[in-house]
Amino acid sequence: MTILELIQVILFFALLIGLTPILGNFLYKVFIARKHFLYPALGWLERLTYKAGGINPDEESNWRTYAFGLLLFNFIGFLFLFVMQLLQSHLPLNPAHVRDVSWHSAFNTAVSFMTNTNWQGYSGETTMSYLVQMIGLTVQNFVSAATGIAVLLALIRGLTRKTTEQLGNFWVDLTRSTIYVLLPLAILFSIVLTGQGVIQNFHSYQTVQTLTGKTQEIPMGPAASQIAIKQLGTNGGGFFNANSAHPFENPTPFSNFLEMFAILLIPASLTFTYGKMTGSVRHGWTIFTAMFILLLAGLCVSLYAEYHGNPIFGNHALMEGKETRFGITNSILWSTSTTAASNGSVNAMHDSLSPLAGMVAMVNLMLGEVIFGGVGAGLYGMVIFIILTVFIAGLMVGRTPEYLGKKIEAFEVQMTLIAILLPSIVILVFTAWASVSAPGLASLNNNGPHGFSEILYAFGSAAGNNGSAFAGLNANTVFYNLALGTAMLIGRFGVILPVMAVAGSLARKKSTPVSSGTFRTDNWLFIALLIGIILIVGGLTFFPALALGPIIEHLLLMNGITF
Amino acid sequence: MKSFVIALRIFLFLTVLTGVAYPLLVTGIAQLFFPSKANGSIIYNGNKPVGSSLIGQSFDSSAIYFHSRPSAISYNPLPSGGSNYGLTSRKLKEQFEQRKQLFTSDNLLDAHTEIPSEMLFASASGLDPHISPEAALMQVDRVSGARHFSDSGKIILKNLIHQLTEPPQFLCLGQERINVLLLNLETDKLK
Repeated sequence: MTILELIQVILFFALLIGLTPILGNFLYKVFIARKHFLYPALGWLERLTYKAGGINPDEESNWRTYAFGLLLFNFIGFLFLFVMQLLQSHLPLNPAHVRDVSWHSAFNTAVSFMTNTNWQGYSGETTMSYLVQMIGLTVQNFVSAATGIAVLLALIRGLTRKTTEQLGNFWVDLTRSTIYVLLPLAILFSIVLTGQGVIQNFHSYQTVQTLTGKTQEIPMGPAASQIAIKQLGTNGGGFFNANSAHPFENPTPFSNFLEMFAILLIPASLTFTYGKMTGSVRHGWTIFTAMFILLLAGLCVSLYAEYHGNPIFGNHALMEGKETRFGITNSILWSTSTTAASNGSVNAMHDSLSPLAGMVAMVNLMLGEVIFGGVGAGLYGMVIFIILTVFIAGLMVGRTPEYLGKKIEAFEVQMTLIAILLPSIVILVFTAWASVSAPGLASLNNNGPHGFSEILYAFGSAAGNNGSAFAGLNANTVFYNLALGTAMLIGRFGVILPVMAVAGSLARKKSTPVSSGTFRTDNWLFIALLIGIILIVGGLTFFPALALGPIIEHLLLMNGITF
Repeated sequence: MKSFVIALRIFLFLTVLTGVAYPLLVTGIAQLFFPSKANGSIIYNGNKPVGSSLIGQSFDSSAIYFHSRPSAISYNPLPSGGSNYGLTSRKLKEQFEQRKQLFTSDNLLDAHTEIPSEMLFASASGLDPHISPEAALMQVDRVSGARHFSDSGKIILKNLIHQLTEPPQFLCLGQERINVLLLNLETDKLK
């Protein structure tokens, strides 16, 4: 690693820390409906949305109604995208004449984009029409991210309000997140990206005659508008098969820096917003710090693994599946960020990462996407771990656990455990199933432990709603499309529903005033405990599986053994 | 039922906003300010499109051209992608050894020459348009030999590589690199 590369990493994190309070403060104003600088420009659009939906923005609802609205909205989005893929050859804006998507792939993709996973079982440039990319996928990129924010806002209201049933209005939260946050940022990003060379047009694929006289068919399309939101909304589903490794998606080091930055921007800022909304900015930074430490730890292990030589390739830089314009460091910074935040876009092929770097990516997925995590989703996932931490700390000192003044009782802990265990069970059970069944094994691209890693990664990615892949696995089969689709649904709603129930239960409680006996959640002791709990839960659950995959592969690599 | 109607109406409205208005707005702005880039950075030789400056091409069959990186898809963009071989893959090890031999013998290099890694490994997109300047310089002898360049021609070719080498962007982002298609186009112009 050179000084130049180190500077890029430092610049990246400095900018992230610098912008977190700025954007976080703006988000705070948006979410509590205080006047902000975009209100005069876009307020009419917000009011128009309410009019179009026929809703009263001042009407609030309890957690059940809130969650029901969320489920309905997501279901309609799923259905729309599912049907559109099945009919795309009969619809306009299909200059490449791609055919209708198979039912199982359409199911997988529709679930995937609705749940903010954005797993790509398909190759964009040979499977999806421009219409589906725009009206189907891009829309879900926006609203699935906004859905995540909405759940977080309901949870915050549950924590801060006293003795009430009301958790806010789902439609209002959805609308504000989309109109004031995601849309303006996406417009800004996509324009800068086109300035770097990301394409944005509606032309047919262009055929050129290369210098050596061969023909090359170059795909086109409205890519920039989708890429901006897939990075910002922690979605990650690329316009092209190679995702952000494709030169049309990510043409320059600067576009790479921006896209990588967009992955973490909103999830990081939300920690500040969370602190501000719960009345303790310090607590927000505490959460940020815990996430940041986990991110840095993963980055260091990955960089070490990539720059450490091995007997097979000597000291050659491991450029398999990486692009020259980015090099090793930018590829690893991306692979760590995209799996920590539940983004899932890639600028290098994770399947070809060194075993330990691949393991860090997997661990990030398996911890439940709480290291910054998905937009909204990462933070509500983290709050689940905080509740568990507070509970365990309470057990240690023999006192009723409290969090932000709310008593944590049996019901909250039950829900917390469901939210943590359900995705973990899905990962392990489905991986085990795929590892011993013929349709599960038929899709492998690698032999030996790396083949097992491909399966483990796939279900970790699906249940964590990440969407990145060890892409050698041919997941576009009936078995994987259905199994992974199911894992995504459980990984998304198996967490959202318990979180909403916790929010509802907390809102009903009184608030206990802070006393000298209150367990503090804004100091280093708490950070250490929180990180400890996350690693113990994750480690105990997944260490055996990791030992069979990346860990043993690392040991074999160091002995020069191939399969 | 009331909730369903609300959900449907909001969904349709947001679909028009984020799925139609937003991409069209971005297309409009992009086509106005960056028309060439928004349309794929296509390079023309006269009137004929010969490629995109962002999409690599294969030059392996031709000794008079600088060669691009190995590609798992032979530079056919439909669809893009890498090999997805893990580091313990025997196929990857074999390819690595073969590429090393081929690059050494093609370019008449000493057997112990350290070859830049990107020439031994396939890229992520399969369309990587760049190689390192070192990898280009190692090919100068072969290219100028095949084109019957004199010694001064060879120096001009080396200078061309230095000229076309892109430094890290804004001095600090990414890596030094050279675009193979642009280099070959310029090489064609040399006498």
